Amino acid sequence: MKRERSDWAHLIRLGGLLVLGLVAFVFIRPLFIPEGFGVYGHYRAGAILDGRDHPLEYAGRADCEMCHSDVVDLQEERQSSHRRLSCEGCHGPLAAHAAAPDDVRPVLPDITPACVTCHEKSAGRPPLVPQVEVRDHSGGEACSSCHVAHTPGMF
Amino acid sequence: MHGVLPGVDGFMYPNEVELQWSVLIVLYPYLTGLVAGAFILASLERVFDVHVVKPTYRLALLTALAFLIVAPLPLQLHLGHPERSLQMYLTPHRESAMAMFGFVYLWYLMGVLVIEIWLDYRRDIVRWWKESRGWQRALYATLALGVDNVGPRALRIDDRVARAVTIIGIPSAFLLHGYVGFIFGSVKANPWWSTPLMPVVFLFSAMVSGIALVLLLFMATSWMRRRAIDMPCLDTIAKYLFYAFLVAFALELLDLVHRIYEADESFLALDFMVQTRLYFSQVVLQIMFGTVFPIALLALTQLWSFGERTRRWLYATAASAALIGILAMRWNVVIGGQLFSKSFLGYTTYKMEFAAAEGLLPAILVMLLPFAVLAVLLIVLPPWEDEPAAPSA
Amino acid sequence: MDVPRRQFLVESGRWLMLTGVAACAYEAMLAGQPVDAEYEMSDHWWGMLIDVDKCIGCGLCVKACKEENNVPDSPYYFNTWVERYRVQLADREHPLVDSPNGGADGFPALEESDDERVFFVPKLCNHCIDSPCTQVCPVGATFRSPDGVVLVDEKYCIGCRYCIQACPYGCRYLDPRTHTAKKCTLCYHRIVKGLTTACCEVCPTGARQLFDLKNPGDPIHAYLREHPVQVLKPQLATGSKLYYANLDGTVR
Repeated sequence: MKRERSDWAHLIRLGGLLVLGLVAFVFIRPLFIPEGFGVYGHYRAGAILDGRDHPLEYAGRADCEMCHSDVVDLQEERQSSHRRLSCEGCHGPLAAHAAAPDDVRPVLPDITPACVTCHEKSAGRPPLVPQVEVRDHSGGEACSSCHVAHTPGMF
Repeated sequence: MHGVLPGVDGFMYPNEVELQWSVLIVLYPYLTGLVAGAFILASLERVFDVHVVKPTYRLALLTALAFLIVAPLPLQLHLGHPERSLQMYLTPHRESAMAMFGFVYLWYLMGVLVIEIWLDYRRDIVRWWKESRGWQRALYATLALGVDNVGPRALRIDDRVARAVTIIGIPSAFLLHGYVGFIFGSVKANPWWSTPLMPVVFLFSAMVSGIALVLLLFMATSWMRRRAIDMPCLDTIAKYLFYAFLVAFALELLDLVHRIYEADESFLALDFMVQTRLYFSQVVLQIMFGTVFPIALLALTQLWSFGERTRRWLYATAASAALIGILAMRWNVVIGGQLFSKSFLGYTTYKMEFAAAEGLLPAILVMLLPFAVLAVLLIVLPPWEDEPAAPSA
Repeated sequence: MDVPRRQFLVESGRWLMLTGVAACAYEAMLAGQPVDAEYEMSDHWWGMLIDVDKCIGCGLCVKACKEENNVPDSPYYFNTWVERYRVQLADREHPLVDSPNGGADGFPALEESDDERVFFVPKLCNHCIDSPCTQVCPVGATFRSPDGVVLVDEKYCIGCRYCIQACPYGCRYLDPRTHTAKKCTLCYHRIVKGLTTACCEVCPTGARQLFDLKNPGDPIHAYLREHPVQVLKPQLATGSKLYYANLDGTVR
């Protein structure tokens, strides 16, 4: 009986090592799993919060309207076709300005390229917006010589 | 429409222009395939009692170990955050085909290969322990786990256990490499990859490459040791190579014929890719040079009898062509699968760099490393049965 | 009482009984759980509607997205982009498609032709319910949030790029700065604050509409009752929540 056991001794040691490794893995593993992992699914719950922390660049038209009521009033009065447009589509992202209006001053956009973005005639553009072949239409003049961007009908 | 971006023909989704998986990921299935193939060859001797291939048994096992140790390296080098790779063990995602790789790998390494090698070498390890001095003595004593019982009963037990491990080992080797095929075959977004045949094709090509590698290593080590090559052994391995090759080629043809006949929405795009960007690596390297040519050579040796010298040349040439062909096959799968747009409307180009993190240079180094590991293993654990003297380092 | 939290408590209870260290784990889990008084994830189910007939290909959405989400400024990387399709009437199978700089600078003007139909298709992450990209992530670094948005955990992503391979729509890329996968977040930081996404905000024609299927007041319900919509590559059964109205069958 004793002899029999000794013939297995090396295998028992090998098995012991493997089991030891396995047990170590089982016990060490939980220590390194990040907190919140598995709360909602197989991911770190904190990743959702991280996603929410990203800073804003675009404030949104509602924010602009809070101060710039003059533009809103004018657009409503004239039933401007631009009255539902995002201000920041042409003016660029201005969340920083909305947060600190006096510290961050926006730069006025270059008007003609802004108009051309939507109003240049091209195949495939649905007729939702007026479209012109800008070169023929303006003869090289700036759009602002005849139009006002906020209320774009003719003067 | 054309040539807006360099290297792009037609239309790619913008994010597709850059390839995500580089030449390093080509090496990953190549290396694991060599492991699986070498192991399956070794198993023939033990499980199916093919004693004529006995001289390659230990060499095949050590080859499998050397390549298995290196196999995760290309993956590791390719990761954007290599330091986070252990997360695969911490929080493996059960739905992910890739997440289980770590476990399959560890199982195969520690549960199969290391145990089988250890059991087979134990008698020699104990002998080297008793015969050597200094650090070598300590090394072998550690490897023997401090047990020097190599009595007939203990060895009989070892043999029985090793046989059981090998029997578990064969499906494990199938699992390891079939699984690598599944990583590609299960990507439904990619019609070049998405086929249930992928794991089977990978498996048989793995057997081809592994057998070819052991055949070449067997010839090379015999030559380096100035020993006559055991021709019956070599002939038998070559025969297995031939059979494995026929099955592998048949499966690849089946996949090809199926694609051509079904001709689904992706067919025209993929067909065009094979005719153009993949023509050299797929048609010339993989199919003609890497498959038809070596199969023809091996068929010659099966049909006619040649002198020993001629046979050796034919075998060596066929095995080398096979290794290049299988590497080309991995390339065509991994790189080819990223050259076409998932819109099926265009193609991009793989620009392989040289000395970059994922360039050709690290790829060559990764490919050479297993041979260095094997050299060390051959010194520490000499597999030669005809040279029973203790290794001298 | 929201369900995830209750489930979570039951789970933690099990932990307490099963292991000695559960108390620490319980604390840790609580600390990592997002708590936001204003926004309840279980009350929302986000998606987007795109009306192809309204897109004029101005590219403002692409530009705004790049600004808002700090998308790498290179021709290769886009959270959203616009494609221009030119479908030849005689050969509908092989549309000519272009998307120079993702459409961010608009498209080179094109003459009308009687032989083709031209239209613009904005693309972005489909925020799939059964997303192939989250399925393949080996570590759980990308996931669909309880409110239906597919996100990437930048701090946990290992950069293996399997998700990029698995996305059938080409919506993911590896951010060269962080070496982690990046994609459209549906402006998650905006929508939890009640704002719309940057792309929808600037869209001049309303071609893009963010919707919340769990909000009974959302006009999407009326729209879906009255209009047929479709998703991209429906045969892949990804459960896309990017609905397209007036989509041509040649688009893929």
